[in-house]
Amino acid sequence: MSDKNQNTEFHHALKVDKDLCTGCTHCMTVCPTRAIRVRGGVASIIANRCVDCGECYRACPVSAIGVEQNDLDIIFRYPVRVILIPAVLIGQFSHKIPVSRIYGALSDLGFTHVYQVENTVDMVLEAYTGFKELNEIRPLISSFCPAIVRLIQVRFPDLVDNIIKVNPPIDMSALYYLEKIKSTGIRQQDIGLFYATPCAAKIAAVKSPVGDTESVVTGVINMNFLYNKIQKSLQNSETSENMPVTDDLLNSRGVMWSLTRGESMHSEKRALAVDGIRNVTELLENLENDRLGYVDFLELRACDEGCAGGILMTGNRFLTVERLRKMAAQMSLRDNEEQKKIIDGFMNLKEHSFLGNIEPRNIEKLDEDTSVAMKKMERKRRLMCFLPGFDCAACGAPDCQTLAEDIVQGHSSISNCIFLQQQMINQNLLSSEKAYRITEQIWGKDRLEKNCNKIGAEDENS
Amino acid sequence: MQYRYKIAGGDFSNAGSVASSVKKILRQLNISHSVSKRIVIALYEGEVNIVAHAYSGIADVEIDSEKIRIVLTDKGPGIPDIPKAMEEGFSTASPQVREMGFGAGMGLSNMKKNSDTMNITSETGKGTVVELINYFSTDVR
Repeated sequence: MSDKNQNTEFHHALKVDKDLCTGCTHCMTVCPTRAIRVRGGVASIIANRCVDCGECYRACPVSAIGVEQNDLDIIFRYPVRVILIPAVLIGQFSHKIPVSRIYGALSDLGFTHVYQVENTVDMVLEAYTGFKELNEIRPLISSFCPAIVRLIQVRFPDLVDNIIKVNPPIDMSALYYLEKIKSTGIRQQDIGLFYATPCAAKIAAVKSPVGDTESVVTGVINMNFLYNKIQKSLQNSETSENMPVTDDLLNSRGVMWSLTRGESMHSEKRALAVDGIRNVTELLENLENDRLGYVDFLELRACDEGCAGGILMTGNRFLTVERLRKMAAQMSLRDNEEQKKIIDGFMNLKEHSFLGNIEPRNIEKLDEDTSVAMKKMERKRRLMCFLPGFDCAACGAPDCQTLAEDIVQGHSSISNCIFLQQQMINQNLLSSEKAYRITEQIWGKDRLEKNCNKIGAEDENS
Repeated sequence: MQYRYKIAGGDFSNAGSVASSVKKILRQLNISHSVSKRIVIALYEGEVNIVAHAYSGIADVEIDSEKIRIVLTDKGPGIPDIPKAMEEGFSTASPQVREMGFGAGMGLSNMKKNSDTMNITSETGKGTVVELINYFSTDVR
C-alpha cells in the first residue's frame, strides 16, 4: 500500500497516461518548476523537480494527467474504517442537503466513522502561537499547502527556514482520532484512517511527508471520486440513511481554514494571504529579494481560492467558498475554547504538533562543485547565442534556456532544436533524414503524418 | 565569466532587477545562501543608489571560482564628500524618493558591511564608480 520510505525521492501522485497523452506541450509550458519534457511523443515528469501542484492536470486538453488513488476496496481490510473529510467536501453540495445526508452517503460506501479534518484547527493555531514565540524568523510561511512547501524546497531553498514547523490539521486530526478510537480498546492495526483529498499535493504529502515525521493516515481517497458516489447516493433517497454527525468539533475557524485568508485572518500582525501558484512564486521572489518590508505571516496556497480550487474538486470553487462562508457565519457564536478543551481533556495533542526538519533541495544548481557549475554556465551562455530564444518548445523542453541547461547536463542535444537543425542542414552538417528521425524521437513516430483525429480537425470526436 | 547590466536613473520600478538576476546566477553556481545574501544586499543598495541619484549606470559583474567582483559605474552628480556619504543616516535623497521608501542614508554603509572589499571613486558633476568584491570561501555553511 502506501510506501512511506523517507529516503527515496519525492513521491508523486500525478502520472502521465502514455496512451492518452498527445505530447502537446500545454503541461510543459505551465509547469512552475520546469519539471516536464516531451520525449517519444509523450510528456514525462522529472521526479525531483515536480511539486505536485497540479498545474499540468489543469492545462491538459486530453485528460492525460491522472491522479493516483487507493482503490476503495482497500478500506475493507480494516474492521474500523475512518474517513476524514475537509470542509470543502461539504461546501460542494447545496446548503439544502443536510450534512448528515452526506455522512450517510459515506457510510453507504462502507466507512464506519466520519470526522472533519478541521476539527483540530484550534490546536494548530495554538501551535502557531507557540512556534512564533520560540522563533524570531519572519515572515513565517504556513506549512498548510504541501505544494507550496515543496515549491519552497526546490525553487526558494533559502526560505525553508521561514516555513512554520507545525503539522497541518489533517495530521493533527488523524492522530487525534486514531488515539481516540484506540482508547475504546480497538487495536491500531484494525483501524484504517482515510483522507478525502482535494488535490494531488496532499496525496504526495501523505505518502512521503515533507518533514521527517511519518503520517498516520492509511490511505487517500480522491474527492472527485467521492463526489460522484455521494451525488449518486443523494439521488437514490431510499437506500441512503442519514448518519448523525458525531464528535462535532467544527467551528467557524475550521470551516474557513482551507480557504483563502482562512489562516491569515487570525494573525494580529501584518499578514498576507496569497493564492495561485504564479502569484505565490512572484511573492516569494519579492520576499527573497527583501522587497516585502515587515510581514509577520504568509498564508500561501497553490490553488485559486485555496482548497476550494483544488484539482480534485468538482463543485464551482466560488460557490463552494460562498456556502462555507454562510456556514461559518452561522457558527460564529460558538465558544472559541470548546474545541481545544475537548481535545485537551482527551490527550496532549500539543506534543505532536511540531513538524520535523524541512530540507532545502536546490534544483537550479548546475553542479554541486562551483567551478564545474561555472563551466556549465559558460557553456549554457554560449549555447544561448545559437538557440533562437523563441521558446517554441518544439525541442521537447519548455524554453530555450531549459534546453541549453539540459544540453550541458547531458540530457539533450543541440540538434533537438528545429531551427538549429535547419542551420545544420544548410551547412551540410546534418542530413534531412537524420533531422526527421530526431523530430520523431521527440514527438513520436508518424507524428508528422496526416491525422484528422486531433482537436479542431475534421474527425475531432471520432 | 562576465555579465553586464544597464541601470536607468529614476526607474524605481526596476530597482533590484540586477540584484535578483545575480542572485539567480549564484544559485545556479551553488554558492551558499550566507555568501550570496551579502552580495545581493550590497548590489541592491548600489543599484538603488544609481536609480535614485544618477542619470544612468552600468553594473559589470565578474565571477570566477573564488570571488565575485562588481563594478557599478554611473553618470550622475557624483559624491562630493565620500566619508560623509558613508555615515549611517546621511542622505541627499529628495523627499519624493524617501516617500517611496528609499533614501534612508544606509546605502553606502550597508554596501560596506556586506562586501569584503569596497572602493569608491567619484568626480563631482560626472559620476561615481563603486567596486565591490566578495569571496566565496568565507562560506561557513
